[in-house]
Amino acid sequence: MSADYVLQTIDLRKDFKGFTAVEDVNLNIERGTIHALIGPNGAGKTTVFNLLTKFLTPTTGKILYNGTDITAMEPAAIARMGVIRSFQISAVFPHLSVLENVRVSLQRTEGNSFHFWKSEKILDGLNDRAMELLESVGLQEYADTVTVDLPYGRKRALEIATTLALEPELMLLDEPTQGMGHEDIDLVADLIKKVSVGRTILMVEHNLHVVSKLADKITVLQRGAILTEGDYQTVSADPRVREAYMGVSEDEEVIDSSDKAKAVAAEEADV
Amino acid sequence: MKINKLYLALFIFALIAPAALYPVFLMKVLCFALFACAFNLLLGFVGLLSFGHAAFLGTGGYVTGYLMMHTGVTPEIGIICGTICAGLLGAFYGKLAVKREGIYFAMVTLALSQLAFFFYLQAPFTGGEDGMQGVPRGHLFGIIDLADNMSMYYFVLAIFIFGFWMIHRTIHSPFGQVLKAIRENEPRAISLGYNVNDYKWVAFIISSALAGLAGSTKTLVFQLASLTDVHWHMSGEVVLMTLLGGMGTIFGPLLGAGAVVAIQNYLSGGEMGNYVSIIMGVIFVVCVLAFRNGIVGEINKVIKRNFGS
Repeated sequence: MSADYVLQTIDLRKDFKGFTAVEDVNLNIERGTIHALIGPNGAGKTTVFNLLTKFLTPTTGKILYNGTDITAMEPAAIARMGVIRSFQISAVFPHLSVLENVRVSLQRTEGNSFHFWKSEKILDGLNDRAMELLESVGLQEYADTVTVDLPYGRKRALEIATTLALEPELMLLDEPTQGMGHEDIDLVADLIKKVSVGRTILMVEHNLHVVSKLADKITVLQRGAILTEGDYQTVSADPRVREAYMGVSEDEEVIDSSDKAKAVAAEEADV
Repeated sequence: MKINKLYLALFIFALIAPAALYPVFLMKVLCFALFACAFNLLLGFVGLLSFGHAAFLGTGGYVTGYLMMHTGVTPEIGIICGTICAGLLGAFYGKLAVKREGIYFAMVTLALSQLAFFFYLQAPFTGGEDGMQGVPRGHLFGIIDLADNMSMYYFVLAIFIFGFWMIHRTIHSPFGQVLKAIRENEPRAISLGYNVNDYKWVAFIISSALAGLAGSTKTLVFQLASLTDVHWHMSGEVVLMTLLGGMGTIFGPLLGAGAVVAIQNYLSGGEMGNYVSIIMGVIFVVCVLAFRNGIVGEINKVIKRNFGS
């Protein structure tokens, strides 16, 4: 049974000085799916995310990756096992060139990363593969640009190329479309769809339009606990989800709106 | 291409400089330049502000001084031993320090270097407050007499070029690429699977060994190893040199060290001698407020703005 799951959490819990941010979360991420984690602000999505990537240590509970307990491992160690995360704000290396960004990622498996006596020219052997990856996200013409000069949406695309370079088995995306304009959102959503082939993706996402388009399964978090789970139809029909998002359960309100203003209004209503 | 010409011009200048300038002054500049370059490897290329680099400068100096005075080894062996000892100390200190970041990293390195200071103050072989005086320069490879300032100058120049090349190579190596990635975005480097602390540690060792090399050489030049070199003032001075010249640039520390040493030498001779600390302080404040990128950083900016492609 557990063979179908890439990642599982068992009664995952995180306390911050008397405040329980995440309470007994049991997640089961099925292999080969896109799994979305949604919920109103402060629901604990990012905390769960940081627990999964080991940037935070759980108070109690277990995390299993391919059946192995990874609860006590270092962030870099699980990255080497094939669990690669992205960050809420774009995680690029701003003063390296676009090509170098991808190359740093490819370089890790070369086994020469401690070789301070060698010329960096030996890394040129990775350029072809790096260009392929840049082409796959449509950045080939920017290869020599210093990354800081790229527009925001392109930076996120670069981040995905950098992540792909590691051939991750499981990609964890933290709000991949956050802070983007409409054109960029569609661009990145298409990109995620494209790279999801043969991989498992877990994403935290605010934009329900993107979630409805991409996710095979959705987990809704509220106040640190799982409210409900299921596909988009099931979740969006659940009155409790509407209540969590809108503050009141109004039948005429539908959840599948990508309207940012409505989400903001919902947050205010929640307060 | 342009940068190669610059290297060549500097090299030729360095070869003929002792004809016009006092060789001991030039050697002092080279020693401090190497020290500042080693420091800049950490600050400018890994983003780690060490406030304890004097410990490595001093360790190199004391070890070389002791060996030269009491064992009669040739100077190259003395210098190599000094460098290795500083590197070993760096390996120990670095292992502890890289566990922390930012201001805590600076404080840990400062505290550890103060430990070294008190050790050298108390240890009988260092001569305490008097320091080690009259360290013989010896005969290089047992043949060339270094008592002659000109021979000594070219020996120091060779050491400096080696150290500079070493740093240049480290920055432009696969290892250097990872260092830059860590400087740019540490959490992302971790999420790509790099054990960033190990990389910082290796960089720390390289930096401390080269600081030790600078200290060893300095001891031979002045035939003196003293507490000044391990004092935290020295750790502060190297920060000033690096910031003044331009942090994270290849030539910045070289220029910064040259400027600081030249100002100190010039002032200490005249009636302004008592005000050296004040003047250096004012320079530091002006540097931080007005041109934060340092001399070389500002020049690079002007070049980029006017001639950038």
